Amino acid sequence: MADIIVDIKNLHKSFAGSKILDDISLQVCKGENLVVFGRSGTGKSVLLKCIIGLLKPESGQIFIEGSNTLNMSDKQLNAVRKEIGFLFQSGALYDSMTVRENLAFPLIRNFKFSNEEVNKKVISALELVDLVEAIDKTPSELSGGMRKRIALARTIITEPKLMLYDEPTTGLDPLTTKEISELIIDLQKKLNMTSIVVTHDLICASIIADRAIFLKDAIIQYQGTIEELTSSKDPFLRNFFSRDFIKA
Amino acid sequence: MKISTENKTSAIGILNEYFSTIGGLTLFTIEFLRKCLLPPYDFAEIRKHMDELGVKTLPIVSITGFIIGLVLAMQSQPIMVRFGAESFLPSMVSLSVVRELGPVLTALIFAGRVSSGIGAELGSMRVTEQIDAMEVSAINPFKFLVVTRVIATTLILPLLSLYVMFIAVIGGYIGLIISQKMNFSYYTGAVLIAIKMGDFLPSLLKTFVFGFIVGIVGAYKGYNAGNGTEGVGKASTTSVVLASLLILIFDSLLVKLTLWLWPT
Repeated sequence: MADIIVDIKNLHKSFAGSKILDDISLQVCKGENLVVFGRSGTGKSVLLKCIIGLLKPESGQIFIEGSNTLNMSDKQLNAVRKEIGFLFQSGALYDSMTVRENLAFPLIRNFKFSNEEVNKKVISALELVDLVEAIDKTPSELSGGMRKRIALARTIITEPKLMLYDEPTTGLDPLTTKEISELIIDLQKKLNMTSIVVTHDLICASIIADRAIFLKDAIIQYQGTIEELTSSKDPFLRNFFSRDFIKA
Repeated sequence: MKISTENKTSAIGILNEYFSTIGGLTLFTIEFLRKCLLPPYDFAEIRKHMDELGVKTLPIVSITGFIIGLVLAMQSQPIMVRFGAESFLPSMVSLSVVRELGPVLTALIFAGRVSSGIGAELGSMRVTEQIDAMEVSAINPFKFLVVTRVIATTLILPLLSLYVMFIAVIGGYIGLIISQKMNFSYYTGAVLIAIKMGDFLPSLLKTFVFGFIVGIVGAYKGYNAGNGTEGVGKASTTSVVLASLLILIFDSLLVKLTLWLWPT
């Protein structure tokens, strides 16, 4: 069996008495790209936020490379977080900083690189997302697609082992969606990362996914490859992945 | 008098919010004290905020300081003449400005300008997930965003207050020479004789407390903002109200304390 990088056991999370994640167990292997599907409000982003430690589950265990993150001190958790990248739905770029400062920020704060090394890393991360020309712009001067790319560059600049993507293509046109998805898969191959991608987007999922799970009623209702899910005879899945409404 | 159920519920709601704010702010202050002692120390960031906050507030406090001194002198002059005490005008103007008006009015203006700014800035960072982004990058957002701003406000307000005191004393002289002849050297001499260390030092010390209040309240409201843009607006306005209220409450407590420590 391949090395497991993320191992979630019996995870429970609820908000105001409403169950969002109910006894979720999940394993992700090194180098695997897992896509998490589900309708809005079914706990996909909550699952990612529990993995990174932004939300504390009521019970369960989350192992990252064998260490239970829920029993860790802040210092230990931060050491684990340095190995994980998180791409927010909105990009979450620091709007008081330029693109250069956004990318340099985690390097300056967490590592002891010289100014020259930081500059080199910033430029090479921007080259990967093909946006070197935006280096001295502020986030407000960037388009939605450019923001996603810059946010992606900021996330991969520390070369994380595990990437968590929260709806990376939401709000983008189909062409930009395809470009971002191909960029994600390209980076994953270049940097040998493992990815967990939360998305509703079938274009994105079909490019990225090795395996997909479907969250419904707070549990993992379905799992398999994208082909298995999209060709399923299950009425709910057929309805979810149906494109008939486009013709209507 | 009968109290309706609706009024009772809203009264309980207000009390509940009041106590939760007091409790939250106390815990936030404890967290600040804990975090500000631990490395890393962001001196560059503190200097940057001091620079920004000082420059932002300088024009408004300059005008306010000058007008306080000017109006105080013009208003007091006929009254002091009535009592035959016009020779005490320089001492009265300078003591009023140094002991009370300078520090308190500067702090209130600073609260209006800076506390709301910090509340809105951190609130906006909270609702756009920028604070979460820092946290997942293994950067302590509390230390980087809150500690640096609160230290900056605590250090910059005393400097601004000193400046306002000086400008207000100048304004006082202008106010006096409008209505009567007064030699500038007589005025400055009288001011320097009137102001003792016991007048100056306590008032300067309390501006550190006011600066801390402005920073911590703005940061607390912004850092805990919720509910999208509405939450940002609320953080901004409530931080001004709370900071101003706390400045006035602490002023009355500190006046009592300073009178006890430095009896006139």
